[in-house]
Amino acid sequence: MTVFILSVILFLIGLYGVLVKRNLIKIALGFMIMEYAINLLFVLIGYRAGGTAPIFTQDVSGQIFVDPLPQALVLTAIVIGLGTTALLVSFAVRIYQKYESFDIRKIRELRG
Amino acid sequence: MNWIPAFVAIPLGAAFLIPLIEHWIKGSSDFLTNAVTAFLMGLTLSFIHQAAQTQVYFVGGWEPAEGIPFGIALVVDGLSVLMLLVVNSIAFFATLYSVKYMARYTDKGKFFTLFMLMLAGMNGVVIAGDLFNMFVFLEITAIASYALVAFGIGSEELEASFKYQVLGGTASALVLFGIAIFYMMTKTLNFADASRVIAATGVTPALLFVSVLFLVGFGLKSALMPFHAWLPDAHPSAPAPISAMLSGVVIKVLGVYTLVRIFFNVIGIGTIPALKTVLLSLGVISMVAGAFLALGQQDMKRLLAYSSISQVGYIIFAFGLGTELGILGGLFHLMNHSVLKSLLFLNSGAVVYETESRDMEKLGGLMHKMPVTGTTSMIASLSMSGLPPLGGFFSKLIIIWASIDAGYPLLGAVAVIASIVTLAYYFKLQKEVFLGKLADAFQKAKEAPVLMCIPMICLAIISVGLGLLLLDPVREMVLTPAVHVIQGGVDYARMVLGG
Repeated sequence: MTVFILSVILFLIGLYGVLVKRNLIKIALGFMIMEYAINLLFVLIGYRAGGTAPIFTQDVSGQIFVDPLPQALVLTAIVIGLGTTALLVSFAVRIYQKYESFDIRKIRELRG
Repeated sequence: MNWIPAFVAIPLGAAFLIPLIEHWIKGSSDFLTNAVTAFLMGLTLSFIHQAAQTQVYFVGGWEPAEGIPFGIALVVDGLSVLMLLVVNSIAFFATLYSVKYMARYTDKGKFFTLFMLMLAGMNGVVIAGDLFNMFVFLEITAIASYALVAFGIGSEELEASFKYQVLGGTASALVLFGIAIFYMMTKTLNFADASRVIAATGVTPALLFVSVLFLVGFGLKSALMPFHAWLPDAHPSAPAPISAMLSGVVIKVLGVYTLVRIFFNVIGIGTIPALKTVLLSLGVISMVAGAFLALGQQDMKRLLAYSSISQVGYIIFAFGLGTELGILGGLFHLMNHSVLKSLLFLNSGAVVYETESRDMEKLGGLMHKMPVTGTTSMIASLSMSGLPPLGGFFSKLIIIWASIDAGYPLLGAVAVIASIVTLAYYFKLQKEVFLGKLADAFQKAKEAPVLMCIPMICLAIISVGLGLLLLDPVREMVLTPAVHVIQGGVDYARMVLGG
């Protein structure tokens, strides 16, 4: 149970970074922390104490397997995370080229 | 042959082919994109007559065993058909419009590639039968739309897109977090299977936690009021056809459809008593605050963006009522708003195309210079503000009637007030852009090119004709199956898996 709570805390650290930090790169880092926290949580959900890799062969029987589905989901989630992070960082670079700054307070042109 | 996977496969394949073909033959992407969207629109129309049945396609032939699904299921039921119809028809008009409009930008091939990815993602969200595939398609749509918002690569576009990515990314993270807890709780991701598990276990703290995560995640995607901050920046910054897609369909598919599918068909709206209240209050807040914020805008496209927040508020409010009439009103308003708001954004694009300005203080008197744009925009504005013979009037009337019928006369009155404010800001839009005195700077303005006028005229005709959807034979074909799917609630499981 402690590990679950720890990964939720990791998620909240990432969320804090995204919402509070003023630097574009730090915001991107916050996202990555958030994604890894969720991936960790997914793997933990599939974990079974003493379980082995879920590969069926002739002589394997009566063993505990870990749940393979969350692992498959995590692989997909990592790829999606790669896409979003790459896009986010490339935008941060383009914004830096325009303003020579990563500071969000110096870039604000739009008013909510 | 089963055509269900084609809704995703064809645009995805086109997204792959367009950059290749555009590299060899310049300008060929125009034809390919329009052919694809036209074909998809035709395909959706062919699905209408079978909207009442639920069709399930198991990817790779992995049929469920003993009622437990193993593989990926794609589900097309009444609600999916309605959403596919909206998505693919608006996409067709947007691509037709882009042919001329996007000629001013560089690299149209990349634009159409991203457009096709966005379309594939949206079709995927609508036909996905399980939570994780819905998430994957949702991310495809979101990533493509982040890039499309910044397609102009100006400083304003980049900043708007960054803001959109930060809030959209947070939403996706919350949804994925919700999916993790959901899987831990139910041990399945298939909607139909999960709804049976939830029906058996009842309300648990984990279910409440998941509901909150989904509500915030999809609420951010649909820009409901406390989560709306990105929309008024992102939607106006995008090129006009993309604004039309974003406001017209993307927020509805990624936000409204997903909320409705999960809360009505999987969890069950009656399972958690507070859910209706939450939807009602989110709807009312967005409806009123969006309308008043729209009133204060000077930028034409920002006004339309705030109007989207307000109108999505109406839709969520109608679904929150949970009665048959409310759901009918919500779906009908969803269709109306898609057509009208994409038309209005295409109009604003035509104005920007000819005058290079969207500041309402500088514009004015364009009606004589741009009769087609002016007239179609007038029709859309009148329908949106709810003038009697047009579709927008009937959908708002049904929603207000339904709220009185469901025992919320006070909220119905609030909806009437918001509708009066809507009339006020659309009147302002018409007065300051198309009516009044023509500014000297725009003496040379002329009508937009024919290829941009055709989609606007078509959408205007559709918007006038939408009122006919309420006539019995047409309603039975399009709206009623979707209403039945939502009203059937967790009966969805039986429709998909049988038994």
